[in-house]
Amino acid sequence: MLFDLLLQPFLDYGFMRRALVGAAALALAGSPLGVFLILRRMSLAGDALSHAILPGAALGYLIAGLSLPAMTLGGLAAGLVVAMLAGAVARFTALREDASLAAFYLLSLALGVTLVSLKGSSVDLLHVLFGSALALDDAALLLLAGVATVTLFALALFYRALVMDTLDPIFLRQTTRLGGLAPFLFLTLVVLNLVAGFHALGTLMAVGLIMLPAASARLWTRDLAAALPLAAALGAGAAYTGLVFSYHSGTPAGPAIVLAAGLAYSASLVFGPAGGLTRLRRPSRHLEG
Amino acid sequence: MSPAAAPIRLVNLTLGYDRRPAVHHLDGVIAPGEALAVCGPNGAGKSTLLKGLAGLLAPLGGAIDRGGLPPRDIAYLPQVVEIDRSFPIDVFDFAALGAARRAGLFGGLGRAETARVEAAIGAVGLVGFEDRALDTLSGGQMQRALFARLIVQDLPVILLDEPFGAIDEAAIEDLLALIAQWGREGRTVVAVLHELDLARRAFPRTLLLAREAIVWGATEEALSPAPLARAREMGEAYDREARECRRDESLRERADAL
Repeated sequence: MLFDLLLQPFLDYGFMRRALVGAAALALAGSPLGVFLILRRMSLAGDALSHAILPGAALGYLIAGLSLPAMTLGGLAAGLVVAMLAGAVARFTALREDASLAAFYLLSLALGVTLVSLKGSSVDLLHVLFGSALALDDAALLLLAGVATVTLFALALFYRALVMDTLDPIFLRQTTRLGGLAPFLFLTLVVLNLVAGFHALGTLMAVGLIMLPAASARLWTRDLAAALPLAAALGAGAAYTGLVFSYHSGTPAGPAIVLAAGLAYSASLVFGPAGGLTRLRRPSRHLEG
Repeated sequence: MSPAAAPIRLVNLTLGYDRRPAVHHLDGVIAPGEALAVCGPNGAGKSTLLKGLAGLLAPLGGAIDRGGLPPRDIAYLPQVVEIDRSFPIDVFDFAALGAARRAGLFGGLGRAETARVEAAIGAVGLVGFEDRALDTLSGGQMQRALFARLIVQDLPVILLDEPFGAIDEAAIEDLLALIAQWGREGRTVVAVLHELDLARRAFPRTLLLAREAIVWGATEEALSPAPLARAREMGEAYDREARECRRDESLRERADAL
């Protein structure tokens, strides 16, 4: 019975196994990035960048139809352009990064919707926005796994630079000449994961899988080295739970996965020892020193 | 200490923002191993001068000759440190970031560096606080942690902007002793100080600044009543309709006429 419920869908259907591998790959690499996004107070930047990807993907779609390489390259280019422009505007003008990012992603989104409507129907738009986790082909799986691999290696290699840039960017820039590149490296990784994620879950849902497990993990531990793997595990767990729920209830997979991550987030809000609500219920006697 | 300190020469230096000078036509030399206090009224350009020395602000005019020392060999403690104290890092790891330059972005710390970090934490009186997160420290303890990172950095020139802002008397004594120790080790220390008594106590030389140098010399001379009164007068002059400064050209014309 339990076996039927939890394992049978994946044993019976190849598309379920593919969906699980793809979503898990995105969670393993994306959720740790989400932890850094939260620490940098850029929680909404992921959302903004995911919108920014749209015109690039739409352009690829206009030129080559529903082709993975074209839409990926287009999305990657658009995401990077917006991220770099926002960073440059923040550096060289009076606007801060959040304001410039908001401006560019709104423009980008408007451009994307216009481009999609030029050719496609609203069904196509829904596909781009919400993805199709249950229709991942080999190329999409390879892209997801490749991006996850690159991201995890980059995180491991540049961990110290990312920590220093998040904590004290001026100090990093004084320590090493390459310090100014750290924010760009980080944003590139975020865009890469969003682009890979929008095939599995769609642009909107990919952000959910990046941010929700990260926010949950921060509520369980104050230790960054523990929060990163915890976020990855929570994300992979949400991918699995969401797929099982989606299979049995006949609901779309992407939203189901994000809802599963949201369930874990709600539980963390209440029970998380490093910032959850129960923390407020302290023992009545305080310590001696 | 890695490279030796060299004299730092300011040549007709003008620093500022949006063409408006905050430091105007400053000339002088900071000798290696010197402890120089920078005093003056609000808006005198003290922090701007430090930013310039640290290489974070390009001069509007003139030049800073650091004697071949790259800006990365200059330690700089800003007045308002843009550190997110809620970042999950403990005091030991924070102080250890001072070693990042030697360890590189990828290398491990090693036993010698670990010992150096422990010694630095001891020197600022934070023993027992190694595992504490930054957001559990008081303002004064945070300042001590920043000094520990400076010690670990082990650089020949150290710039301090209002380092004693939120600090109690005992901590000030400790940190002044540390600055004296740096002097004995041949390090150059330039500190912006608000409390003139601290300058008189620990800094042999003082630059009294009010956009231009009022006095650059021995501390008791620079901080005597007459120059201080003059600095106050010149302090917050801000001309909305300021014209372009022609001082360089008039100097040149005078030189040509000679």
